[in-house]
Amino acid sequence: MNRIQTKFESLKRNNEKALVGFVTAGDPNVDVSLQIIYAMCENGIDILELGVPFSDPTADGPVIQRSSARALKNKVSLKTVIEMIPKIRKKTDIPVVIFSYFNPILSYGIDRFHLDAVSAGADGALVVDLPPEESDELTFDWPRADFHLIRLLAPTTPKDRMSQIASSASGFLYLVSKTGVTGSDGLDTSEINTQMDVLRSVTALPVCVGFGISTADHVADVASMADGVVIGSAFERLIEENIDQSDLPKMVGKRTAEYKAATKK
Amino acid sequence: MNLSNNVYPDSKGHFGIYGGRYVAETLMPALLELESAYQRCAPTSEFQDEFRHLLTHYAGRPTPVFHAQRLSAHLNGAQIYLKREDLTHTGAHKINNTVGQTLLAKWMGKKKVIAETGAGQHGVATATTAALFGMECKIFMGIEDISRQAPNVKRMGLLGAEVVPVSSGTGTLKDAMNEALRYWVSAVRDTFYVIGSVAGPHPYPMMVRDFQKVIGEEAKTQIHRETGKLPDLLVACVGGGSNAMGLFYPFLNDPVEILGVEAAGCGISTGKHAATLCAGSIGVLHGSKSYVLQDENGQIHEAHSISAGLDYPGVGPEHSLLKDLKRVQYTAIDDRQALEAFSTLCRLEGIIPALESSHAVAAAMIEAKKRPQADIILVNLSGRGDKDLGIVSSQGL
Repeated sequence: MNRIQTKFESLKRNNEKALVGFVTAGDPNVDVSLQIIYAMCENGIDILELGVPFSDPTADGPVIQRSSARALKNKVSLKTVIEMIPKIRKKTDIPVVIFSYFNPILSYGIDRFHLDAVSAGADGALVVDLPPEESDELTFDWPRADFHLIRLLAPTTPKDRMSQIASSASGFLYLVSKTGVTGSDGLDTSEINTQMDVLRSVTALPVCVGFGISTADHVADVASMADGVVIGSAFERLIEENIDQSDLPKMVGKRTAEYKAATKK
Repeated sequence: MNLSNNVYPDSKGHFGIYGGRYVAETLMPALLELESAYQRCAPTSEFQDEFRHLLTHYAGRPTPVFHAQRLSAHLNGAQIYLKREDLTHTGAHKINNTVGQTLLAKWMGKKKVIAETGAGQHGVATATTAALFGMECKIFMGIEDISRQAPNVKRMGLLGAEVVPVSSGTGTLKDAMNEALRYWVSAVRDTFYVIGSVAGPHPYPMMVRDFQKVIGEEAKTQIHRETGKLPDLLVACVGGGSNAMGLFYPFLNDPVEILGVEAAGCGISTGKHAATLCAGSIGVLHGSKSYVLQDENGQIHEAHSISAGLDYPGVGPEHSLLKDLKRVQYTAIDDRQALEAFSTLCRLEGIIPALESSHAVAAAMIEAKKRPQADIILVNLSGRGDKDLGIVSSQGL
């Protein structure tokens, strides 16, 4: 039932780390977006983060802002995103996490969101602008076992707060590797190492690291420290640069395979 | 019901169901640090003395309350009094808040400040106090606003601030705030974000209100001294809502009617407006829950108003609470009505108001006509109109 836990257990048995892939759902359109996601799944992605486009993505850099704007132009909404999941489920049993800002969920209806997301086959949600201080509003009715709120930790999060956040978390933890918006350049592995040490001392949950990771070498570096590596803007950049190419899904698939290879050591 | 005296927000920054802190985790520790610094510094007499000293000797407070006799006679109704925030240093109420926040930044040891701005008044006020304290200052401003509020862009440059043009969205206040938040996420360790309205995540709505409430405190004493009673009606324009909260807050427990005035732009029915409380629904934008203009999927609408300072699809959370409690009535004035009021105040009183404040004047004129001559309407004239000369000229005035 709990796909996230099952996934991390099987990765551990195989001595691999998770490749977590983010795409904005519906960019450049729903059909191509699904083809891209299928290609990512066929080429070894372990967890899918399905991005819900939002008009005011304040935590995102220009690349994801533009992908979000393209999806919105196609009238992609949270409803569209949830309707894509059963199609993805037919192809794969990897965990699917809905990645959203809070307002689209609030507008959809908090109760209905949980029901519909679970029945569509999603395994959790990551809500960028919903810190633990505000999240009871969303999760008060969730039975823990089958749907997770993925918690975020930042380089600015002090140890006692990390411990507090981890204690109410489930599924896995998402460590933001650096201050800044998504798609920022530069990866500071020694900073990640320090953060990981602190985090390991307060939680046994799997930890995935994201922000600033764009090459297979980055993936290998981060995979040596964490349980999973999140790639978002790098996929979105590839999509944007090749948006009119008919073999775009194949290109994303190929890049996925390169990243995935770097998670196996 | 006790609405003054810090009953709201609660300890987590909620005004009833509104407010809160809806931000990325990277910013949470900074907000917690800011909140604790504010709680620690602001109540001390050292901080209050320095704040009051600057308001008096630098910002030019107290600002007068002026009986607009010719306007009142023209309307043949209630007496209109103007709280002259347009006479402060930099020409708008925004300076009260930036003196307070920049002072707090100094107490916290921060040397860099950033701000968003729409009309440019908050940007100018932030650049001003940053210069006063020797701080590095970046102002985020939409490209549409940069072109329609050019004099303020020039002023910010002269004051040593860097104006960062924001081209995303419609290039207005909402987009400027998005970009300021993005920048803050990357620079949060050494940068203080001076938010200009009673919006944003906790503790900003509370803190900005507290720094602005000097408007209402002064006005209450002044109008009582002059007329021997409280006003019957308070009127202020509401974009994010800081000048309105500043005037209203000290009167919330008093037997006084209160009217907040939003921008109806081209008319609420056209969809091109900024009347968040009159025509919006509950949502989360820029870190707090409040009324917002949005579509059925929770995507934020672009606002429209001739006045850059009101051109915002959100509103401070305390206003949402006051609306739901029916303690404050909210109405909307369109572009044309605001321009008429602008012109009337220029001709009858020799005061050129900001287009933002002209919305409040327009609503007060409508109310005055309905009320007896013994009634007193106190209008917050939140800023002066020099910055708007380009816009009003293009409108044929």
